[in-house]
Amino acid sequence: MSAIHPPADRLWYKHPIDRVEGTWIAIALIWCIILFVMMTGWHVWGKQNLSTETYRTTPAQFMAKTQAMVDEYTVRTETDEEIPVVAPPPGSDVYLLGRLWSFWPILELEKDKTYRLHITAMDYNHGLSLQPANINIQMVPGFEHVVTVTPNEAGTYSIVCNEYCGIGHHRMVSRLYVK
Amino acid sequence: MSTVATTYRTCPRSGLQFENQAERLIKFNIVAGVLWLAFGGILAIGVVLTRWPAFRWLEADTFYMVLTAHGLDMLIFWLMFFEIAFMYFCASVLLRCRIAAPKVAWLGFALMAIGSILNNVVVFQGSSSVMMTSYVPMMADPNFYLGIILFAVGALLGCAVFFGTLVVARREKTYEGSVPLVTFGGMTAAIIMVFTLLSGAIIIIPAWLMSLGVMNVDPLIYRTVWWALGHSSQQVNVAMHVTVWYFVAAVVLGAKPMSERVSRMAFFLYILFLQLASAHHLLGDPGLSTAWKITNTSYFMYLAVLASMLHGLTVPGAMEVAQRQRGFTKGLFEWLRKAPWGNPVFSAVFISLIGFGFLGGITGVMMGTEQLNLIIHNTIYVPGHFHATVVVGTTLTFMAVIYYLIPVLFKRELIAPTLAKWQPYLFGLSMYFFCLVMMGAGTLGVSRRHWDMAFQGAALAYEWPGAAYLMMALVGIGGIIAIFGGIAFVYIALGSLLWGRKLEPGASSATFTPLERSAPSAAAQTYGSIGFTAPGTFVLAMVFLVAFVVYYFINWKYLSTLWGLS
Repeated sequence: MSAIHPPADRLWYKHPIDRVEGTWIAIALIWCIILFVMMTGWHVWGKQNLSTETYRTTPAQFMAKTQAMVDEYTVRTETDEEIPVVAPPPGSDVYLLGRLWSFWPILELEKDKTYRLHITAMDYNHGLSLQPANINIQMVPGFEHVVTVTPNEAGTYSIVCNEYCGIGHHRMVSRLYVK
Repeated sequence: MSTVATTYRTCPRSGLQFENQAERLIKFNIVAGVLWLAFGGILAIGVVLTRWPAFRWLEADTFYMVLTAHGLDMLIFWLMFFEIAFMYFCASVLLRCRIAAPKVAWLGFALMAIGSILNNVVVFQGSSSVMMTSYVPMMADPNFYLGIILFAVGALLGCAVFFGTLVVARREKTYEGSVPLVTFGGMTAAIIMVFTLLSGAIIIIPAWLMSLGVMNVDPLIYRTVWWALGHSSQQVNVAMHVTVWYFVAAVVLGAKPMSERVSRMAFFLYILFLQLASAHHLLGDPGLSTAWKITNTSYFMYLAVLASMLHGLTVPGAMEVAQRQRGFTKGLFEWLRKAPWGNPVFSAVFISLIGFGFLGGITGVMMGTEQLNLIIHNTIYVPGHFHATVVVGTTLTFMAVIYYLIPVLFKRELIAPTLAKWQPYLFGLSMYFFCLVMMGAGTLGVSRRHWDMAFQGAALAYEWPGAAYLMMALVGIGGIIAIFGGIAFVYIALGSLLWGRKLEPGASSATFTPLERSAPSAAAQTYGSIGFTAPGTFVLAMVFLVAFVVYYFINWKYLSTLWGLS
């Protein structure tokens, strides 16, 4: 029972390994390299990479920018709370904030057009979970994360908060339209 | 020779030698761990029946409170108590050495007990439903953090006693040559545990001060450092349960490591690279560079994955070699068919090994890929994955070794041996199912840590696909069956300690018997000189690899259909 006894040979580290292990080490190492190349390579060849463009922000600063967008591009409001639905021009900077317990405002984007989406959390951490596409990004307070998005399918999307943020967490859900 | 007055008992059933103080410390730590497991299991009933959409049993505030406690009690308290116990076992029992500084070890135990109880009391007062992660600026009661700090200091003392015992063993020459492989594995776990606990100190102490209004902690720094505690503690589990796999292979089947060199190198890779995986939780975060994310999330080019793939081969490989020597040489798999499937120590480990690799390992690498994480982050896929690693992998393995230790360490006969025989299948296989359907729900996007997937009271509620509701109902069914499996374990373990027939303790002596080296076996003289010794295991490994490759690329395929993100 040598796993619970000191190795029989003092120079155990000089023993040659057997063929089963040697073959498997080679195969596993190749697979590890493939894994690494895939992840790095996708930054070159792939179209889904999370941007790292980030700025420090404060709730007041971010709210000012979001409000400016809402004032200029609101097309209608929805629900009793009159959440503005905003349709900014393609290519522009669009803003979405998460707070206890709502997302604001509702964005209306155009298919196959690119936008610079700025997101932040105003209080606690929140999660941006775009459904049913299932794209999930963390929203961290104090940080403005700029993600360049290109919606490739028209439809009504939902944005679910998937970072626990307190007792109203399950009510924190909003919409996003792609035309 | 030892100058400290103590006694050594030689167990007649296993030949293991227990030093008096170490024996009591190991017992107390194991019992404390099992009590937390039992309590965390009771909380699991609340979590499961609330997330089962047809029941939604608890109210939202109770649910989040229970979920916070379930996470901490299971992921930290149960596992670390057991790990400290098994570290003492690896050092004191396997090296036949008295435990260094038993008083410090008892102080550590007391701090861990007080800290864990304090933390739970505060959580159940209701003002600290912040989840295990307690992301600032969402604050818990100051005593929530204080409890964790006390527990961590206690565990650090435990690690210090472990390392001290290794030093004493070397100085008093209780063994010759290198430490046994299992002790080496325990040392790996201990090193990672020290890293984990120090990272925890760096961030939980500031969070505690923040809760007292003394200072402010940046949310992103908190997340980054917290995960060096939160994820690394799970890496302690991995290192420790792999260690137990080697231990069980040795004591149940008499298996020898295929080669000391490969197994120890794999443990060494864990020490170097395993903790980098904390980055898995930060892939969706702002502010961290792509280079940082790739370097860390890949465990520096997947070298820790390589290590796990090696252990995944060498543990069953060693079992196969031992079984073949016993004469089970027919075909590829006679060694496996004729394995002691009725012995819960073996069956639990084998179910754990397969489940950890296929369900926990493959999915962990997939979701730890920077881009693929976009379709997984914070969905219920994440708990699906870590129940495969921490419950199927670690908890089931620890259950196995507790079955082994009840007669050997606690000197009691197992009550209900027939139930014990079936328990690993009941618990392990229902957890397989639970993890699979949970990851299925996560693939459809269902959120983790969410009270109501129907979004009660929300004006713009999202309607999850019917399949997501079906998956969550199946999670409920799997979870309830697994809870019965857990109850069976706790009943057998604690029941045996209370009512099990007492067994012969064995001869006691004032000195240790020095540990002899293992008998030399037919070692390879040159590469390949002893042939292809474990063909069955190699075939299993190839099946694993194919599953890995297919699943990995299916996820890339799905990702490529999503919105462009850059």
